[in-house]
Amino acid sequence: MANCPECGTEIDLPEDTIKNEILDCPTCGLELEVVSLDPAEVDLAPEEEEDWGE
Amino acid sequence: MKVELGVLASRIRLEEKMLVKRARKREDVNLTIVDPREFRWSESDLRHLDVLLDREISQSRAYHIMELLSSTGITLVNDFQTVQLCGDKAFTSVQLKKHGVPTPDFRVAFDRESALRAIEDIGYPAVLKPVDGSWGRMVSKIDNRESAEATLEHKSQLDSHFHSIYYVQDFVETGNKDIRAFVLDQDVIGAAYRESDHWITNAARGGESRAYPLTDELEDIVQATSEVFGGGALAVDLLESERGLLINEVNCSMEFKESMKVIDRDIAAELLDYTVEQVKVSEEVTQDRCLA
Repeated sequence: MANCPECGTEIDLPEDTIKNEILDCPTCGLELEVVSLDPAEVDLAPEEEEDWGE
Repeated sequence: MKVELGVLASRIRLEEKMLVKRARKREDVNLTIVDPREFRWSESDLRHLDVLLDREISQSRAYHIMELLSSTGITLVNDFQTVQLCGDKAFTSVQLKKHGVPTPDFRVAFDRESALRAIEDIGYPAVLKPVDGSWGRMVSKIDNRESAEATLEHKSQLDSHFHSIYYVQDFVETGNKDIRAFVLDQDVIGAAYRESDHWITNAARGGESRAYPLTDELEDIVQATSEVFGGGALAVDLLESERGLLINEVNCSMEFKESMKVIDRDIAAELLDYTVEQVKVSEEVTQDRCLA
C-alpha cells in the first residue's frame, strides 16, 4: 500500500505494477509515479518538460 | 538463446506497460527496463543487451543516449540517424522534399526579421513551429501580419536556443483532422484519423481517433517516407489536401494508445516483434560483411 504524497490517500498498487509507472491518485487526481515496488511508494510525477514527446 | 531486450523509458505510460507485459510473456526474451535517469555513460552498463527500444519521453535524453550507444554493437530501434532526422522538423522536411515525397511547403529562418519574410513568403495562414517540438506544443497558426509580428516578438523572449530557429509551414485546411499511420520498415500496419474541435489534433491535446482504411495512396506515401528515413518503427502524420496526401511530421518513438482503439492490429505486439527481429537482421548483416 502506498500513500499519495499530496492528500495521503492509501493506494493499493495492482500486482502487475511496474516501477516508474504513471498513475492518477483516485482521490485528488494528481499524477503520480511509482518510485518503488517493495516497499510500495509513489511520488509526484515529474512535470512535463519542453523536450517531451515522440 | 534468448534475446536480451532493453526498453529505454523513464516514464511507464500505457504504451510502455503494454510493451513490457508482452515482452515478459515471451519465452525468447529477457527484458531490462533502462531508466535514462539512472544511466551513466559506460559501455559495460548495457553490454549484455542485444537490442534497445527507445521509448524515452525526453527527446534530448533519447537523442544523446542513442548516439552514445550507436557504436557499441547494440541494435537500436530506431537507429541514431533516424532519431536525429525525426527530431528536427526542418531536417525532416528537407529530406522529404529532396526525395520527392509530398509535404506542405515550408521555410526555415534564423532571425526574427527573416522569419517574418518567410511567413509572408508562405502566405497567410501560416504555421510557426519549434523545430524540435512535440504534442502541438508552442505551435502557432498565424492569420495575418499583426499576429506574425506579435508571435515572433513573444518567441524572441523565450529561453531555449531552439526558439531562434523559425520553422514555417503552409497551413493546410483539413477540417481539424489528420491521419496517423504506423509503419515498420515497409509494413504499414494501420492508420487512424485524429479529430479535434481544434486545428491542433495531437492525441496529447485531446484529439480522438477514428478508423482510416489503408489505401494504395496512403501505403505508397508512407512506404516512401520510411525509405527516406532508412526504415525503422515510425508514426507518420499525414494531411489530406487538394494535392493529395501530404506528410506533415514523422515520429520515431510512436505513441499509439489512442490509435489502437480503432486499429484492429496489436501495435504493441507488432512493435515488439519488429524490435526482436532486428537482432537477427543485424546478425545477418554482420555475417554478410564477414563473408564479403
